Amino acid sequence: MNSPSPRKLRVATASLAGCFGCHMSFLDIDEHLFELVELIEFDRSPLTDIKDVGPCDIGLIEGGVCNAENVHVLREFRRNCKTLIALGACAVNGGLPAQRNHIPLAECLREVYQFRDGVANGQIPNDPELPLPLDKVRPIHEVVRVDYFIPGCPPSGPAIWKFLTDLLAGRTPRLSGGLLHYD
Amino acid sequence: MTKQFLLDGQPVPFDDGQTILEAARKAGHYIPSLCWHKDFPPHGSCKLCVVKAAGRHVSACATPAKEGWEVESNTPEINGERRGLLQMLFVEGNHFCPSCEKSGNCELQALAYEYEVLTPRFRHFFPDRPVDASHPDVLLDFNRCIFCELCVRASREIDGKSVFALTGRGIGKHLVVNAESGQLGDTDFSATDAAAHICPVGVILPKGTGFAVPIGERSFDVATIRSKTLKESS
Repeated sequence: MNSPSPRKLRVATASLAGCFGCHMSFLDIDEHLFELVELIEFDRSPLTDIKDVGPCDIGLIEGGVCNAENVHVLREFRRNCKTLIALGACAVNGGLPAQRNHIPLAECLREVYQFRDGVANGQIPNDPELPLPLDKVRPIHEVVRVDYFIPGCPPSGPAIWKFLTDLLAGRTPRLSGGLLHYD
Repeated sequence: MTKQFLLDGQPVPFDDGQTILEAARKAGHYIPSLCWHKDFPPHGSCKLCVVKAAGRHVSACATPAKEGWEVESNTPEINGERRGLLQMLFVEGNHFCPSCEKSGNCELQALAYEYEVLTPRFRHFFPDRPVDASHPDVLLDFNRCIFCELCVRASREIDGKSVFALTGRGIGKHLVVNAESGQLGDTDFSATDAAAHICPVGVILPKGTGFAVPIGERSFDVATIRSKTLKESS
């Protein structure tokens, strides 16, 4: 009798304060996607449009933490994912959004919504549905415990593939040589 | 007979007065460094060259080799400490590699690759360090300064100008420019100065030449800092 095929690992992904570039790079693993779907199934992800994360084996987080909703989503991922991975520069160290960190938040908002050229009678948006921005953009390891980090802006498709195949095969994931890049 | 010490169990010959770092590199063994430069006396501030000699932590760049010493360098313990030092350098400044012109040619970044630093590990300081674009030919981006004093030393000892200095202590330490206004544009600094080309990170940058070399062809795209350093010291 054939042994039953092993359970597929459940993977969730999210982009917080990111540009979806890391998700695009994830798709850049191209034909490996066919191998991957044999091993995993997706939970919450922009690829499935599922809105809430359920119990998962692996969570991939792109982007840093810039507002209250990001904090909420990140904590939900940490609660539900056995292994949480920071994917890309912004999740690892704040990246581009964190370049506002030396400017006071109020000054930032006024500059964009009130004083920018061409803006008349502008006001800072205050709809209660909008998540409140944080005073500083934070990398995700400053908010929750993170198990693994994949740097890069974005990490290349081959780097993501190497990392995931290591992890799925039960090896300690390792990025070295040309696969480790911060830019 | 030449004197020798043991580096990670390998015999390394040395001449009297030679430091552990110089002797090791000459013999083809890599010990990392950021603030050390062959043209200047050792500075001993970055501590990346830390080794264990006769059971004690010492800076390999500043410690003369001794006959019969047993020196540990490439061990999980020492490399772990080096990784920690690199991570502290990253969180202390604002090191945003994707937008930095020095990326691919930066020694701090190359060392972090060498030691497989995947995470900054600590909380970021996100300090406020405004850039100085006052000079017509050279940009100063203090966000990336690691206080190695190479520009300070080069400007003082090679260029004879003393354009730069470090001031403040501890967490308040920072690089300053020797002008009443504090602006580089108000000094006699020139893009041909030795100090303009010695920064191991991306603080002192020539204007108008950024990103001239494409990704894939930059210094540390084509060679590791280990192989580049050993090639230069042989």
